[in-house]
Amino acid sequence: MDIYLLIEWSVKIGVVFFILMTALAYIVLLERRLLGFIQMRLGPNRVGPFGMLQPLADGIKFFFKEEVIPLEADRTLYMLAPVVALVPALATVSVIPFGDAIEIMGRKIPLCITQVDISLLVVFALTSMGVYGIVLAGWSSNNKYSLMGGLRSSAQMISYELTLSLSIIGVVLFSGSLDLVQIVKEQMNPWAWSAGWIPKWNIFTQPIGFLLFLISAIAETNRVPFDLPEAETELVAGFHTEYSSMKFAIFFIAEYANMVTASSMATLLFLGGWHGPFVKEVPLLGPIYFTLKVLFFLVLYIWLRGTLPRFRYDQLMKFGWKFMIPVALANVVLVAGIALFLY
Amino acid sequence: MGLEQIFFLILAVLSVGAGLSVILQKSPLYSAFSLIGLFACLAALYVSLQAQFLGAIQIIVYAGAIMVLFIFVIMLLNIRKEESALDKYKYLYILAVPFAITLAAEIIYALRFVQEPTFKTEKPMIGDSQSIGYGLYTTYLMPFELTSILILLAIVGSVVLARREKD
Repeated sequence: MDIYLLIEWSVKIGVVFFILMTALAYIVLLERRLLGFIQMRLGPNRVGPFGMLQPLADGIKFFFKEEVIPLEADRTLYMLAPVVALVPALATVSVIPFGDAIEIMGRKIPLCITQVDISLLVVFALTSMGVYGIVLAGWSSNNKYSLMGGLRSSAQMISYELTLSLSIIGVVLFSGSLDLVQIVKEQMNPWAWSAGWIPKWNIFTQPIGFLLFLISAIAETNRVPFDLPEAETELVAGFHTEYSSMKFAIFFIAEYANMVTASSMATLLFLGGWHGPFVKEVPLLGPIYFTLKVLFFLVLYIWLRGTLPRFRYDQLMKFGWKFMIPVALANVVLVAGIALFLY
Repeated sequence: MGLEQIFFLILAVLSVGAGLSVILQKSPLYSAFSLIGLFACLAALYVSLQAQFLGAIQIIVYAGAIMVLFIFVIMLLNIRKEESALDKYKYLYILAVPFAITLAAEIIYALRFVQEPTFKTEKPMIGDSQSIGYGLYTTYLMPFELTSILILLAIVGSVVLARREKD
């Protein structure tokens, strides 16, 4: 095997992991500050300039907290649950492309950790495994609130995963590929009537699919207004009620990693990924555009959390099965018809 | 021994272990999670055979969708320990012997007398999305359509059953 290839991979994994972990810590800070501003208060601004060292303080606090394991808990599964939640959440990043291939010292380096020709399916497969972390935590804690949280989460995941998969069928149909890189490249061509200014992003061709994807992605990541598995007004803290110290922090990291994955997928599938002005001339702009677009979705998440109340459980199910799935099915038929007759 | 063979051996041991764990665990939840582990191992084996599409589908359909339902039911009924069905039906012990002998004979026959199939191409592309799609809509169109009707029947049937219980 080429030794340079090995170095390239290790460097890429290291850099992406480091950036992701730092970003996750600062998304939490961003969320707290933004929520503060939405609620007319300041948010954490004491540790370091603008509270920039707050994530560090939080991390140290988590490490030194006392760890409490319930006496009646199923210890093996209780320990395993945070791992099962975190591993798929972080593993998805390995197939997400964040830029076009760049050339460094005569080597063509694709800006993603691995290139698989079915990367879209790999992301879906890994995110669908994430639910087991929550379910395991809910079961093994031996606490009725945790169990309710785990139950709700599995029911919610089943319901909204259907819409999620149906909403991207249009994108796959038009780009004819399950490769995320290929899907982005298909969106780069501009519309003929716009004199090369407005790109053919999927959000313009498939607005219904985009909305369906966005809503079900929020439901899949258990965020407001779909945060039923940890509804604190009724379930104390839902599935992670009995978790303390670093184990709680791992669930927290997994949730934010899932948010990043969902935002990246929305960017790649509907907003043209790393595409933007002058990206063909200067490929290094790609990752910057990509980050900005992902940041947009993350801010949207936080904004929603500051604005919307939580669904009631029966409303959530009714909305998922009686509204989202019929609309998604109709959208599939519509898009397939357009692809067949007009495209 | 190449890297792929080492990979295969690890996965083979893991999947046999997970498979044994499915039937040997006392708690149904542990069995279910062993089954998920088994599916993950199988998916990895598919990937090592160049069938990434099958691997991903294996995870999405079985581990990601069907097993969530299993676990949902186990958690909903809150079964902690399984009551041994074997104690209720003693004759199953006797039935197990001929089944085990048949299975062992089949395995021995397969190992000793069946020739290894030879691949026509150097890189067997049987598991990528294109060849599967092509196969489904040409050679296997009839079975494919019949299966979808069967699945539709099952969906309608489950709705009917759920309704009747409500009344």
